[in-house]
Amino acid sequence: MIESPLVPAPDTEKPRKKSRQPWTFDRISFVLVFLVLPLALFSVFVVWPFIQAFWYSLTDWSGFTPDMNFIGLENYQKLLDDDIFMTSLRNNVILAIVVPFVTVVLAFALATMITVGGSSHGATRGLKGSSFYRVISFFPYTIPAIVIGLIWLQMFDPSNGLLNGVLTGIGLDRFESFPWLGDSRTAMPASMFVIIWGFVGFYMVLFVAAIKSVPGELYDAARIDGAGRLRTAFSVTLPLIRDNVQTAYIYLGILALDAFVYMAALNPGGGPENSTLVMPQRLLVTAFEKGQFGLASAMGVVMAIATLIFAAIVFSLNRLLGGRQEGVRQ
Amino acid sequence: MTAGTDTSRPPAAQESPPPGKRQRRKGDRKVSTAAHVILGIWAALVIIPLLWTLLSSFKTSSEIFSSPFTLPAHWSFDNYVSAWTSEGIGRYFLNTIVVVGSALVLVMLLGSMCAYVLARFAFPGNRIIYYLMLVGLTFPIFLAIVPLFFVLKGFGILNTLPGLIVTYVAFALPFTVFFLYPFFKVLPQDVSEAAEIDGAGEWRKFFQVMLPMAKPGIASVAIFNFLGLWNQFLLPVALNTKRENYVLSQGMAAFASRAGYNTDYGRLFAAVVITIVPVLIVYVIFQRQLQGSVSQGASK
Repeated sequence: MIESPLVPAPDTEKPRKKSRQPWTFDRISFVLVFLVLPLALFSVFVVWPFIQAFWYSLTDWSGFTPDMNFIGLENYQKLLDDDIFMTSLRNNVILAIVVPFVTVVLAFALATMITVGGSSHGATRGLKGSSFYRVISFFPYTIPAIVIGLIWLQMFDPSNGLLNGVLTGIGLDRFESFPWLGDSRTAMPASMFVIIWGFVGFYMVLFVAAIKSVPGELYDAARIDGAGRLRTAFSVTLPLIRDNVQTAYIYLGILALDAFVYMAALNPGGGPENSTLVMPQRLLVTAFEKGQFGLASAMGVVMAIATLIFAAIVFSLNRLLGGRQEGVRQ
Repeated sequence: MTAGTDTSRPPAAQESPPPGKRQRRKGDRKVSTAAHVILGIWAALVIIPLLWTLLSSFKTSSEIFSSPFTLPAHWSFDNYVSAWTSEGIGRYFLNTIVVVGSALVLVMLLGSMCAYVLARFAFPGNRIIYYLMLVGLTFPIFLAIVPLFFVLKGFGILNTLPGLIVTYVAFALPFTVFFLYPFFKVLPQDVSEAAEIDGAGEWRKFFQVMLPMAKPGIASVAIFNFLGLWNQFLLPVALNTKRENYVLSQGMAAFASRAGYNTDYGRLFAAVVITIVPVLIVYVIFQRQLQGSVSQGASK
């Protein structure tokens, strides 16, 4: 292989092919087939429904009648007056505030322990036996979400669940048949716990990988400058894996603004006093039980907007805090 | 487990011998012990529910009610047999294999084709398509669910396995394109030129040269897609409502909610274990690959 000395390797900019190649029949047919097939599928089943949803949300369509009248923003007005939907929106917002934060903090703490929990003498190094923790923690991520929900549904079972069994076993008799998912005070926290349980391990592994790609000299330097472990975690690690934290946060936010699978498993009916009802549950009922397709589409639009707002907030917070190199506490 | 110090790496060169060395050692031991304790608690939190599920799957329902926290009286696979046959888990399992298998092959093929063209060809609209994919990745599926229902109905594939497969492929496409894009982007130009000099056309070059070279990326994305599709719940619930076409995740939810108080818990636990086993196998086999691909994503 003779590389032209003019070309810096690796070529991360546009491949040179782009400018130099003539468009032969071979190339044109190739691009057409390779692009048109996937794109056709993507357009018909993803993009087109998305566009339609915005349109439907402005109509009074009930799905089973051919007439569909444009009613402007009336559906959105209805949603504002709909207490049950507003409750579900509020629940999703609470989830989006709590779940990403707790998951990221826990994952970061565990990842820090694994990677820089070793000796403080000599070069910075990780904890022994960390691969065991990595393998175990990652496992919940591979279990289908619905099954995670069902397992914890059994764990929380008032009389036969392991949780109350353990609690009464250590002498807390008031939990003998405490309905974790049936009490409006605990249903939401318990549901949040289940989601967090499923994701902490995955993000821990992600952060461990990110921390490992940080040059060790930086840690050694911080230590020579007399930084303690906590100080190192906040002043060295966190700023350096900032982008990974942002990605994790956005993914978890998208997940929390949905949360449908978990809630459907733990409390299919929306929980005591609708305390765990989320927007998707309401949407499915509105669409496929009541046949109010226009209104249901409006709910979908609200979900999409909430997701975009969340992403925008995370991006701008990251930008704001990016200027400060110290004490990044979100 | 003891907290030791590992001596595989040479100590940093600039490090001067500290005065309070012994004290430091003590502090280290405390820190690493604390770390092990916390990590150990976390590991227990993960393992115990799973173990309890496994144990309960061997019990009869009456056993679960009378003594939920003891070992099963005798180890029998009755629950598994009845969950597989009379609860229909076997059928759902086969449906899932068919749907996930077909969708996975299709999405990997179409996704790699699309990512390749986007990454290595300049044409008007290239960026627009890329951003459309990004939109497809961030917007909730729920936004599309109502129109999607009618799109499938229009094609006459609502409540059929092919309809479900096509939908799976379409919704897994953005993720696939997005994560394969960088792999194709960085493939060396000279190899592609060498193939051309040897007279390979675009088609042959892709299938015989480029695709094999992007194998590591394709493998990781395929594993993540497998997990994602195996776990998919919303799409089948909304678009696949015929009981005989149920996939596992749906079947599990129906099984759990149908019964209310007279659920056969032993069978339910057995069904849960049956659902977990395939992903467990995939996970154990590809454990390194998975962890590796997570690291690759991290060190971008």
